[in-house]
Amino acid sequence: MKTILDTGCHIVAQAAKSAKVDFVSAYPITPQTSVVEEIASMVQRGEIDCRFLPVEGEHSAMAACVAAAATGARTFTATSSQGLLYMHEVLHMASGCRFPIVMANVNRGVFAPWTIWVDHQDSLSQRDTGWLQYYCASLQEVFDTIIQAYKVAEQIKIPIMVNLDGFVLSHCVMAVQIPDQEIIDRFLPTVEPAWRFDPQNPTSYVSVTGPDLYEGFRTSLHQDQLKALDLMVQAAREYQELTGLYHGDLLDLYRCDDANTFVFAMGSMAEELKLSVDILREEGIKIGLIRLRVFRPFPKEAISKVLPEDATVVVLDRNFAFGHEGGILFSELKDALFTRRDNVRLLNQIMGIGGIDLTYQYMAEQVKNLLGL
Amino acid sequence: MATSIKDLPRDEVVMKGHGACAGCPSTLALRIAGKAFGPNAVCVMTPSCTVASLGLIPKAAYDYPILNVCFATAGSSASGIVYAYESLYKKGKLTGEMPTVFTWIGDGGTYDIGLQAISAAAERNDNYIFICYNNEAYSNTGVQRSGATPKFAATTTTPQGKMEDKKNMPLLMLDHQIPYLATASLAYPTDFYDKLVKAKNTRGFKYIEVFAPCCTGWKFPSSDMIRISRMAVTSGAWLLYEAENGKIKFNGPTAKIMEGKVELSPLEDYFSCQGRFASINRAANKEEIIAEAKNKILADIEFMKKRAAF
Ligand SMILES: Cc1ncc(C[n+]2csc(CCOP(=O)(O)OP(=O)(O)O)c2C)c(N)n1
Ligand SMILES: [Mg+2]
Repeated sequence: MKTILDTGCHIVAQAAKSAKVDFVSAYPITPQTSVVEEIASMVQRGEIDCRFLPVEGEHSAMAACVAAAATGARTFTATSSQGLLYMHEVLHMASGCRFPIVMANVNRGVFAPWTIWVDHQDSLSQRDTGWLQYYCASLQEVFDTIIQAYKVAEQIKIPIMVNLDGFVLSHCVMAVQIPDQEIIDRFLPTVEPAWRFDPQNPTSYVSVTGPDLYEGFRTSLHQDQLKALDLMVQAAREYQELTGLYHGDLLDLYRCDDANTFVFAMGSMAEELKLSVDILREEGIKIGLIRLRVFRPFPKEAISKVLPEDATVVVLDRNFAFGHEGGILFSELKDALFTRRDNVRLLNQIMGIGGIDLTYQYMAEQVKNLLGL
Repeated sequence: MATSIKDLPRDEVVMKGHGACAGCPSTLALRIAGKAFGPNAVCVMTPSCTVASLGLIPKAAYDYPILNVCFATAGSSASGIVYAYESLYKKGKLTGEMPTVFTWIGDGGTYDIGLQAISAAAERNDNYIFICYNNEAYSNTGVQRSGATPKFAATTTTPQGKMEDKKNMPLLMLDHQIPYLATASLAYPTDFYDKLVKAKNTRGFKYIEVFAPCCTGWKFPSSDMIRISRMAVTSGAWLLYEAENGKIKFNGPTAKIMEGKVELSPLEDYFSCQGRFASINRAANKEEIIAEAKNKILADIEFMKKRAAF
């Protein structure tokens, strides 16, 4: 194990290298750009044995990744905001094809108007594309999650998006422990894809499908999404056993044990919220933090288990669910807890849109306001 | 070099039971491509008549490994395959002879929605064969105009006839400075076959466009497909040429036209046998319209002569 000090974008590139990807295609966009630059130069310097395809846009980047996966390559890409939105059609294709592509998305607000700063509108608006979604809170977690994502994606054959907040994580320098390659190889062996081009046995992939079979393909994608939860837990545990590095299974829980009040959030703001929780605890509030590591599939059971009967949950959303009261996390959580019909109380605030800085003092204040304290 | 269709290999990639119209030019062209490439090839297809006629999962009438991709992504998908192969062969994860990678794309997926990704792949000189079968319309969705639809042709979105000229896609591709480019016609199948073989044996980005008269969309009897293919060439409406490293060489009747050894066959005849040009035949100023179309062909020929001498 060695420790390196680098930016989030470079750590993403390092993770792709450690995962021994065969193929990368990506297109630059702030704040993801230096991921592309770093991978391209790693390839040119011969530090990573992989082909880099410098395409002319993200729609092409995702299309090339899908095609490379169809060829049997371990495939990686990274994007952000408009780039992710531009991929939309091909995101659906990738999950429908059941190819285990891993993509880092550097969260950034969406146009219009233009912004380059963080919120979660880009990735959350891809909720129903059939991709699994992780959200990270530190650069160590970014590295570890990308490696874990390959393991899960290749087991369940569904592509995975690993999200990290623009600038707050992508451009921040932190110390990251990089496990020995031999350990990573043990965790993440090469696997034979379920389908690849084979001229000896020519088959046509994902062509026109009648209603009799189409629904079955789509249903199995849906059901396997839910099965991924167990695999994600296994991956987190196995990775911990091998490396000692751990960020939670599906959730990262902070001071939840005796809590009756909870803040619920994801991304870097959730890491910052740990400090808010400390302040509020000092003021006598029995509060804890539930940081969502995995947004898709939504870890309904795991969350529900944490919440006692009379829990109050303050959901902090860095996104909008337009035309709906409250943010996307709020409506997801309400949905997840609906069948409990007990006294769980949910409060919501949308904050940090387009890069508004979320300090722990500010968030502690907002939580208190919501609680009427 | 094949001198007669009897010289072509017996291999068939288009199997019985496909769903294409009788006299479908794309299907015949794909048959010939299969003979030229042999079994060690993989193919990318975008939504089109070819895909619609391929058959429903789990059946497939075309005997290649085919990846169906999003409409705008022919160029980038094929590049993804080639780079992935290069990586896997270099790492020793795959061995043996690398398959030929080719695309089978309509004019809609080439001239219009797919142009950006194709241009990028050509600029990178990625090692595959881009094949466009040009039926001068979006046939699959019911014959709408495309950037390849010629002026005056009626489609369902240009019911009175298209008002604009088509774009010159082969010339656009030539100016990407690719190592090999060819146009082809089903009336000259051995010429098409030879061009496919040449493309297979050339490294880098290859572009081949085969003219594909669509009886359903252009409104003529299916038995006339080859005849109309030939008339397009002899009237100068479709020019046959190839370019190795940018050096243009005209082929077949086009070569004779360029040398001034034969007259162009009457454009009226080419127009009058296709329902899509019916409005010309009915027009009061029919003469004028045909003269305009003919002048455009003559101008194109003059331009191409100079371009070839360049
Ligand atoms: C993004 C997208 N837009 C539109 C379509 C609908 N569509 C399917 S095939 C097609 C036209 C295909 O035309 P062309 O490429 O010329 O092939 P042809 O059908 O003529 O063989 C269209 C518009 C689609 N599948 N995807
Ligand atoms: Mg067409």
